[in-house]
Amino acid sequence: MKHLLSTADLSLDEAVGLLDTAAQMAATQDREIKKLPTLRGRTVVNLFFEDSTRTRISFEAAAKRLSADVINFSAKGSSVSKGESLKDTALTLKAMGADAVVIRHQASGAAYTLANADWLDAPVVNAGDGTHQHPTQALLDAYTLRRHLRSGTPGVADSAGAVGKDLSGVKVAIVGDVLHSRVARANVWLLHTLGAHVTLVAPPTLVPVGVGSWPCDVSFHLDDALRDVQPDAVMMLRVQRERMSSAGGGFFPSPLEYSRLYGLDARRLAMVPDHAIVMHPGPMNRGLEISADAADHPRSVIVEQVANGVAVRMAVLYTLLAGEPAVPATNERS
Amino acid sequence: MTTSYLLTGASVLGEQVTDLLLADGVIAAIGQDLTVPADAVVVDARGLVALPGLVDLHTHLREPGREDAETIATGTRAAAAGGFTAVHAMANTSPTQDTAGVVEQVWRRGREAGFADVRPVGAVTVGLKGEQLAELGAMADSAAQVRVFSDDGLCVWDPVLMRRALEYVKAFDGVVAQHAQEPRLTAGAQMHEGTVSSEIGLAGWPAVAEEAIIARDVLLAEHVGSRLHVCHLSTAGSVEIIRWAKQRGIDVTAEVTPHHLLLTDELARGYDPIYKVNPPLRTQADVDAVREGLADGTIDIVATDHAPHPREDKDGEWASAAFGMTGLETALSVVQATMVDTGRLTWADVARVLSFAPARIGRADSGPRAQGRPLEAGEPANLTLVDPAARRTVVPEQQQTASVNSPLRGRELPGQVRATFLRGRATVLDGKVVDPLAAGPVAVDPENADITARAGGAR
Repeated sequence: MKHLLSTADLSLDEAVGLLDTAAQMAATQDREIKKLPTLRGRTVVNLFFEDSTRTRISFEAAAKRLSADVINFSAKGSSVSKGESLKDTALTLKAMGADAVVIRHQASGAAYTLANADWLDAPVVNAGDGTHQHPTQALLDAYTLRRHLRSGTPGVADSAGAVGKDLSGVKVAIVGDVLHSRVARANVWLLHTLGAHVTLVAPPTLVPVGVGSWPCDVSFHLDDALRDVQPDAVMMLRVQRERMSSAGGGFFPSPLEYSRLYGLDARRLAMVPDHAIVMHPGPMNRGLEISADAADHPRSVIVEQVANGVAVRMAVLYTLLAGEPAVPATNERS
Repeated sequence: MTTSYLLTGASVLGEQVTDLLLADGVIAAIGQDLTVPADAVVVDARGLVALPGLVDLHTHLREPGREDAETIATGTRAAAAGGFTAVHAMANTSPTQDTAGVVEQVWRRGREAGFADVRPVGAVTVGLKGEQLAELGAMADSAAQVRVFSDDGLCVWDPVLMRRALEYVKAFDGVVAQHAQEPRLTAGAQMHEGTVSSEIGLAGWPAVAEEAIIARDVLLAEHVGSRLHVCHLSTAGSVEIIRWAKQRGIDVTAEVTPHHLLLTDELARGYDPIYKVNPPLRTQADVDAVREGLADGTIDIVATDHAPHPREDKDGEWASAAFGMTGLETALSVVQATMVDTGRLTWADVARVLSFAPARIGRADSGPRAQGRPLEAGEPANLTLVDPAARRTVVPEQQQTASVNSPLRGRELPGQVRATFLRGRATVLDGKVVDPLAAGPVAVDPENADITARAGGAR
């Protein structure tokens, strides 16, 4: 694996290998001294053309806990805001000796272009490109799903117990603005590769034309989907309120109608199996796509997702920069 | 005194093999055992197909304004190299070709360059803004004799304004060439909306945004009794609408580009903006439909939409890159590959879709500089000789156009233009572009005598 650009590029063995490496990384994070010497002397650049404090600090924490040097390059307050091209930025980073580049960009495909345009030799990690992909988010979601639902002990979350396993038999409902969501795209392909069954739930205006080719089901009715699918996990996507206005596309009539039809609340949470978990990539719009009851419910793993994000990003940086998975991939999927 | 050329053993429109004598700007004679002037240059045309000089109804020459992408000189050199003897230069220049002054300037610069006739297209609306009709009559009456009007790049979306334009140009037998793109359905659009766009997360340009405008416009054209030309039609649904309109007797013509005959939206998967074009590359089903439409005459012509861009405008993330691709020097080869070699068109059909019909639509087929005329004795000696057996690999850097944004880099294509003649003067010979003015100063070239006189006058 030279880059991490899209979850559609990951084989089953690569995906399980990354999750297993993440489990090892997570184990080290319970120690008093969290820092590992693995990437000492290496430089990781966080190249953020789009504001995302959460993702940036997660990557920063991951790199620092592997002892890498971190340079944060944000579009604001840099030459990028003066119109410098992606190409010139890439050439600058190359000249400065970046060993890996983590890129967040508002344009779909920007990470792909950075990795393939011959401007840079370093591995590229896609930290979210437009409405295309956000592979580390999907990996941390898969990691979270696996430790809760494939630990070997029902109802008990256990990273070690899930090592080597995929997500066979796991049913996931992904609910919300699929059309504009890189998180949804990244998850659909990764969860499919891992053997999970995905049902997308959204108003028809927020489902892309062409979704028929995706490896998942689509429903326009959240109540029906929760009752019929009985998902093991419900993943809520962030919905931007401005999508309602005609300038924003007029995708739905009002936030209230959206909440009524597609919001997760206590009533809907009661419809799914007792072991089902509630997920959200953050930041949440409480009261729009998710109620406080659901967000703060004991089965909500939203805060844990953040913690798992650091372990997963450590695993990605380790795999790309140290060149091999920490754990050999296993063929046993039980 | 112009050079006479004897073309020996040429296959006229891919049919009869014969000799052609070009002298004094016309096809002086066709046949065997011609009486040939002693100083005639003999061109061995055995194995070559003689076609009427190609006429492009849709070219972006970029001058004035974007001479970093193309100039009238480099663009018409590219045209000659591709077998064209006339190009219609689109109006989205800077300043816009929306006044008699600007279209005359472009027309005159074309004559000075001398590689191909440049027929400026006039903007339909002032500044292409879609708000107010430009002075279409003044452009029609100018030295440039504009007959084709288009806001290409932008759609004349206001139905009332479109109706007025269609009506107004009847006074001088003009035609409105519509860039069919419903703007509200395509805000921010990056590529064809479908399977590929859904997976790679680029904003979709739905087929319906093209088809809805075409449907509206053919009905408007019917209502006011005007003729309409549809630029770069790209979808199966558009072909169906044009087919329906023609059956109904509506005076509509349609064009397809070489790239829409060959390439599909699958190419966007690598996010290389060399494949970013407007209208976007569509699906294989659409490609099949436009080939079928061209074969059965629903689509009248092939036009290049040659759209040169400097490297920096194609060197980055997809969304920030410019729309458009070059095409003048590969159009004939793409038509051969997709239509002739597959048995859908004969070479006589190629002459129709790349010369006779576009000249007729642009009303370029009469007058002292008539284009798209039959290959017959007494007609202007506008023709091109193509070697259909040649194979060549596209190397954009070796083309005549000043830009390298060809989507066909590295592809092997059939067919090679060996010679092009503009009113009897070689613009391409032995496969190489001939500088028309290399032989001497402008004043000794009779073709440019009038323009030289102008240049020396009060202007």
